[in-house]
Amino acid sequence: MIEFKGQALSWELKDGVIELALHRDPCNEIGSLTLEELEKFVSALERMQDNAHTLILYSTLKSGFCAGADLRELYHRAQGMEKQAATRGVREFLERIHKVMNTIDATPLTTIAALNGVTFGGGFELALVCDLIIADKMARFCFPELRLGLIPGFGGIPRLKRDLGNGVVRDLLLTGRSFNATKAQQIGLVSQVVGEGESLKAARSTAAQLGKFDRRTAIAAKKFIKPIPYEELQREIDIFCDLFTQPAVEAGLKKFVESKDALPYLP
Amino acid sequence: MTDSKKTLDEILNLAAAQFKVPREKLTPDDDFFKTLGIDSLQALDLLTRLEHHFNVELPDYELQGVSDFRTLASRIQARL
Repeated sequence: MIEFKGQALSWELKDGVIELALHRDPCNEIGSLTLEELEKFVSALERMQDNAHTLILYSTLKSGFCAGADLRELYHRAQGMEKQAATRGVREFLERIHKVMNTIDATPLTTIAALNGVTFGGGFELALVCDLIIADKMARFCFPELRLGLIPGFGGIPRLKRDLGNGVVRDLLLTGRSFNATKAQQIGLVSQVVGEGESLKAARSTAAQLGKFDRRTAIAAKKFIKPIPYEELQREIDIFCDLFTQPAVEAGLKKFVESKDALPYLP
Repeated sequence: MTDSKKTLDEILNLAAAQFKVPREKLTPDDDFFKTLGIDSLQALDLLTRLEHHFNVELPDYELQGVSDFRTLASRIQARL
């Protein structure tokens, strides 16, 4: 068994299945610490993948899978920096997280996101790199970035467009509304909806089925059906960085960070 | 019981059970954030449970600014 226990995430390889668990309070927000550990993970993934057939991503937190980028960290880091330097920092962060996402997206393993609760912004984008999404009935999805004067920046739009019709992508992106797992299954995003707290169990059961197939065939099937939209992903970074220089972003982040609103996560 | 009254009653029952508040302490005009003592993540949890219970979709923007059970019930009733 190969394993790692970090502050934001942990993983283990056992019986051909790699399980990557997210466990950073309050809801697995992705900041520099999580990014560093994700980079460690993708580096280890290359070493582990010859001995595995499936990768499962899940959260150990009841609050949800992941609430997205760590906006508080982003806001505080950008404070006191020249706009140009802050934008450079954001671009560097995005390039790094895209590299992580692209590696998981392209891994020869079959990947499963086992979701519960809040799956917003960057968390939704992390789920979208996976081949299969299994959600418990309390999972909730949203791209709230427009509220901050931004677009999703971790590869969400090109990947959602890859998987769904453009009308749905526009609805999610332009209204910023959230929707539940049943709706996600209706639009073809989620393959299985299970009872509350049951998504990891369902993912493990699915992994057992995946392990029965010839690896070379499974890899060929995945490669055939799941192209990675590299060009659009790069364009997304450029648009995000362009928008990041606008005053609306600082105002949006400030409002979020200082919000006493009971619903800061709602768009 | 009218449909609206029934909807309101079901919301109060569901909120009481989910957040372990005595049902008799909840009234239609209560601010549910204060009465239930819930944060933003719990509010999303409540929203999802209400959608499942009533089998409706409730866009967040229709609930923006809604904080009492009565108005919440009218928003849900409009989608039934």
